[in-house]
Amino acid sequence: MNLTLTVNGAEHSLDVPANTLLVELLRTRLRLTGTHVGCDTSQCGACTVHLDGCAVKACTVLAAQAQGRSVTTIEGIGRPNGTRNGSPDDLHPMQAAFRDCHALQCGFCTPGMILRAMELVESGGTLDNRTVREGLEGNICRCAGYHNIVKAVLAAGDAMQEQSR
Amino acid sequence: MHPFNYHKPSTLAEAVALHQGAEDPAYLSGGHTLLPTMTQRLAAPSDLIDLEGLTELIGIAVDNGTLSIGAFTRHAEVAASTEVQSALPALAELAEGIGDAQVRNRGTIGGSLANSDPAADYPAAVLALNAVIHTDRRQIPADGYFRGLFETALEADEVITRVDFAIPSRAAYEKFPNPASRYATVGVMVADFNGTVRVGVTGAGPCACRADAFEAALSARFDPAALDDAELPAIDFNSDLHASAEYRVHLVRVMAQRATARLASL
Amino acid sequence: MSTETGIGAAVKRREDLRFITGRGNYTDDLNVPGQTCGVFLRSPYARAKIGAIDATDALQVEGALAVFTGRDTATDGLGDLPCGWLVKSKDGSDMAAAPHPPLAVSQVNYVGEPYGLVVAESLAAAREAAELVAADFEELTPVVATAEAAEASPIHEGLKDNLAYDWELGDEAATDSALATAAHVTRLDLTNNRLIPNAMEPRAALATFDPASGNYELRTTSQNPHLERLVLSAFVRIAPEHKLRVVAPDVGGGFGSKIFVYAEETVVTWAAAKVGRPIKWTAERSEAFLADAHGRDHVTHAELGLDGAGRFTALKARTTANLGAYLSTFGSAVPTYLYGTLLAGQYKTPNIHVQTHGVYTNTAPVDAYRGAGRPEATFVVERIVEAAARETGRDPVELRRLNMIEPDDFPYETPVALVYDTGNYQASLDKALHLADYAGFKQRRAASETRGKRRGIGFSCYIEACGLAPSQLAIQLGAGVGLYESGEVRVNPTGSVTVFTGSHSHGQGHETTFAQVVSDKLGVPFDDVEVVHGDTGRVEFGLGTYGSRSLAVGGSALISASEKIIAKGTRIAAHMMQTEPTNVAFEEGAFISGNQRLTLQEVAFASYVPADYPPDLEPGLSEKAFYDPENFTYPAGAHIAEVEVDEATGVVQLVNFVAVDDFGHIINPMIVDGQVHGGLAQGAGQALLEHGIYDANGQLTTGSYMDYCMPRADDVPDFVVDTTVTPCTHNPLGVKGCGEAGAIGSPAAIINAVTDALGTEDIAMPATPEQVWRKLSGL
Repeated sequence: MNLTLTVNGAEHSLDVPANTLLVELLRTRLRLTGTHVGCDTSQCGACTVHLDGCAVKACTVLAAQAQGRSVTTIEGIGRPNGTRNGSPDDLHPMQAAFRDCHALQCGFCTPGMILRAMELVESGGTLDNRTVREGLEGNICRCAGYHNIVKAVLAAGDAMQEQSR
Repeated sequence: MHPFNYHKPSTLAEAVALHQGAEDPAYLSGGHTLLPTMTQRLAAPSDLIDLEGLTELIGIAVDNGTLSIGAFTRHAEVAASTEVQSALPALAELAEGIGDAQVRNRGTIGGSLANSDPAADYPAAVLALNAVIHTDRRQIPADGYFRGLFETALEADEVITRVDFAIPSRAAYEKFPNPASRYATVGVMVADFNGTVRVGVTGAGPCACRADAFEAALSARFDPAALDDAELPAIDFNSDLHASAEYRVHLVRVMAQRATARLASL
Repeated sequence: MSTETGIGAAVKRREDLRFITGRGNYTDDLNVPGQTCGVFLRSPYARAKIGAIDATDALQVEGALAVFTGRDTATDGLGDLPCGWLVKSKDGSDMAAAPHPPLAVSQVNYVGEPYGLVVAESLAAAREAAELVAADFEELTPVVATAEAAEASPIHEGLKDNLAYDWELGDEAATDSALATAAHVTRLDLTNNRLIPNAMEPRAALATFDPASGNYELRTTSQNPHLERLVLSAFVRIAPEHKLRVVAPDVGGGFGSKIFVYAEETVVTWAAAKVGRPIKWTAERSEAFLADAHGRDHVTHAELGLDGAGRFTALKARTTANLGAYLSTFGSAVPTYLYGTLLAGQYKTPNIHVQTHGVYTNTAPVDAYRGAGRPEATFVVERIVEAAARETGRDPVELRRLNMIEPDDFPYETPVALVYDTGNYQASLDKALHLADYAGFKQRRAASETRGKRRGIGFSCYIEACGLAPSQLAIQLGAGVGLYESGEVRVNPTGSVTVFTGSHSHGQGHETTFAQVVSDKLGVPFDDVEVVHGDTGRVEFGLGTYGSRSLAVGGSALISASEKIIAKGTRIAAHMMQTEPTNVAFEEGAFISGNQRLTLQEVAFASYVPADYPPDLEPGLSEKAFYDPENFTYPAGAHIAEVEVDEATGVVQLVNFVAVDDFGHIINPMIVDGQVHGGLAQGAGQALLEHGIYDANGQLTTGSYMDYCMPRADDVPDFVVDTTVTPCTHNPLGVKGCGEAGAIGSPAAIINAVTDALGTEDIAMPATPEQVWRKLSGL
């Protein structure tokens, strides 16, 4: 089937089999391998991307369901318009906070964790230790023990609020 | 995932016609049960009929003591809806506790009810809030809707269009989540309609059910202690790795008492 | 040296920039031209004879290229997957090692065991073809339960029973006699629950074969690519080492599970030559559950004798360790040399005897998982010490203090073969008690009770052994490999430095910490040091990363190599400054003699452009070292857990956790804290949530995240972590190892807190809500 969607700001028109998952489209067709697959039961959250600004698990969304929509992956956040030069200055505040707070170790869960955390902050609810921990329920990390992830999300929350002011 | 034909109809009639014309069709709503099942090659429908394009299935409205929620409303939308929060806060809270944030951004109330997973949350609310399930062809009262394990009153090609919940004077939902999956090991909603109490229970048996003796006890005296000796629903309690039937029996009572206590203390 | 990037500085990790921007290169992210996809055929039965396998229909699938079975690998003469540690039974006989073919040939012995490989043009085609392979199985009765395996009929033909070995350590007669005369004996039956490692990146392999050169290249999720190459070459006999390159690119966590040489990457490498195309295989999570090596799974009876004053007189442990269906790469060593040797803990117990029965069952192989033997030992020691305190009416802290090895007792030789070099266990305990506000516990307990919660506090004063060593002793004890590490420091002509290490980073941050070490040692800017690891084509040799060894062993090798650089540089500089080498000092990146000064960069340039150069010296400035430690390092610490138990539901909430650890000197405190946090979450998972369960038919009932309970963010609290320092006495950095401590100390602390709250010792891990509710209800 023919599919038109926007990924990280760029429009793509592709012919894909109907049974293509969004995560397969991203990883194998568009070679955006920052989105990872860590499970087969929609639990781990490593494949989290934004679909029209909402965090979704790309392993449980058909590519077809993204028709006409906008997808943002880990490669598409940061300034300006993506981290083109890999310079720390180009990072989204959430990316920067993950690095500053040592909120990642092996890095495999990190892209999904960052994208969900961005949505959590952007949703505008109260951010504290408890709400951040509950808000990250759908993302499993095996390395970091969550402690520094929570710290990073709270720090990024402050930075993002500062930025939007 | 096995190959299938993908359809995205724009009207309800078209959706049903597609279903009737396909060999082994399935409706696709939030997809959070169906797609993982297909990914693991445990299901292989010939045709997927995506319901997202149906405007008939959208919308939240409060009218004359009834809260109406369109079938394609996602859990996150119910949780965040100011209408739901003010008319039926217990339902907003229930929706906020389903799965995780990413799941809530996709899963829909219609999909959840059509699937009737024994550990889903909404069924407890449907029963406790005396809901009416509207479909493309009829209205199904809550008490006649859940039939068994993943079994409902729906016909194969029938589409839920909206769910009408009766707005109680007060209601609360208490859930004991499965520590691994976070589904409801047991979930209980207690709803008080001006002294007439309804209690919906999910997770405990093959499908959601009402707890008649609990309702009678609470209708007589709205106090957690009224449930101390009340009889449990006569169902075959589920037993799994995380909770034996005996433990679930206990949890149903505890969750019902906690929901009652929350309301009684208000 | 700049204190901002040198030893002891919390330098931000340089590897992070690629991970947070989605530019990591994990195995499944890599693609090569002509690549095909592999899917493994896995046993649906725990134990069955394999009959006919018919691939006719499978090969009809469009895109299907080949179906291989164990008969094919056997015909090609592929060797078995070896177990790298030969453990001997107490009667002196070798362990009974069952043959472990990469693909099962005549019998399958656990659910998920691979018996075939399907190769196709696409993953979809490979999966479809795999479903169409018709295999006949004749089901046999499986042996599943750990405690009953030894008595059950043997699962492997040719073995007389399911006992792989009957191992012991310590003086049994002296221990028995001390127990017989003890004033008090505490007895405890303990289960150490089976865990499934669950690194978030599933295992994967991408193998290529170049017929023109005969070279193989395997990119795979390995913690030690050189060991992988050694085994595939010397044991499986796929290709000699010089024709086989193994690369472990970015690896998404390991925790031990990626140490081992598995069937999948072995068969994929072999098959790449058979089909003449590259093959990629990536595990699905459900495959990982079935076929990654599991961890723990011990059943133990322990007895601790005390004299009238509360001093420990003897400890005896009888352990049955489930090894799974086959001996995995280091599976035999974990419940023996990595377990029994740690049973002295932090105490001066004079008599210790341990016996381990390693048993075969029809379950996935069991091997090292974060801590590997030491969490099991700590659980035995710290549970029984806590129980003894309760039974004899002593404060658990004071009983520990009374029996602890004192700072001036070091070096301290235990009755179970180790010599602890240094430590100050009291200092860690004191700090932990302060941080945990032990004095305020009673008030907190009373406050919890008013909310319908029972509160408990639990302690665990653990010791562990890292950087398994020395090679010669380990090899005498059965190790099949050395336990040194290699390092190479290459000062490039313009003075930048490339460092090659045999250690492998899969989350530990070596690219940062090893650069800190070398930059500090050589006085070159941190940004001028690059660390290369994980590639047998670039790194000379290595034994990889496991057992918290990387810094103590691999880091020390880099110090040795750096010292050789300085020595050679000194000779060059002396020549250039027209003085004797003995007159030259090396300080902060420069060679100094009197008022003359040459930077390392200047000397490096001179070594590559040897105009003014010592006549008897080779050009170039690149040095290698192999560092073989003389002893283990012994990290130790005090962990204190506080839990609240919901009386109505049995839910246990970990509300406070304090860990004070002594890791010796610390290179990067930010990374060390992170390692502890991660270990603590895994320990909390073991204590409260995680359990790999097989049913009586040998089916894994916890085969997905729907049933296997992984710790999530809201399952654990913020952790309070701190350190004390007694530098390791025998490595140049004075470092010990921090990767596993969190997972080693915490389960005992948490279960001690739960049992404290409940007033019973009879709680098995994990302390699930239903189990706790049953205890509370007297059911």
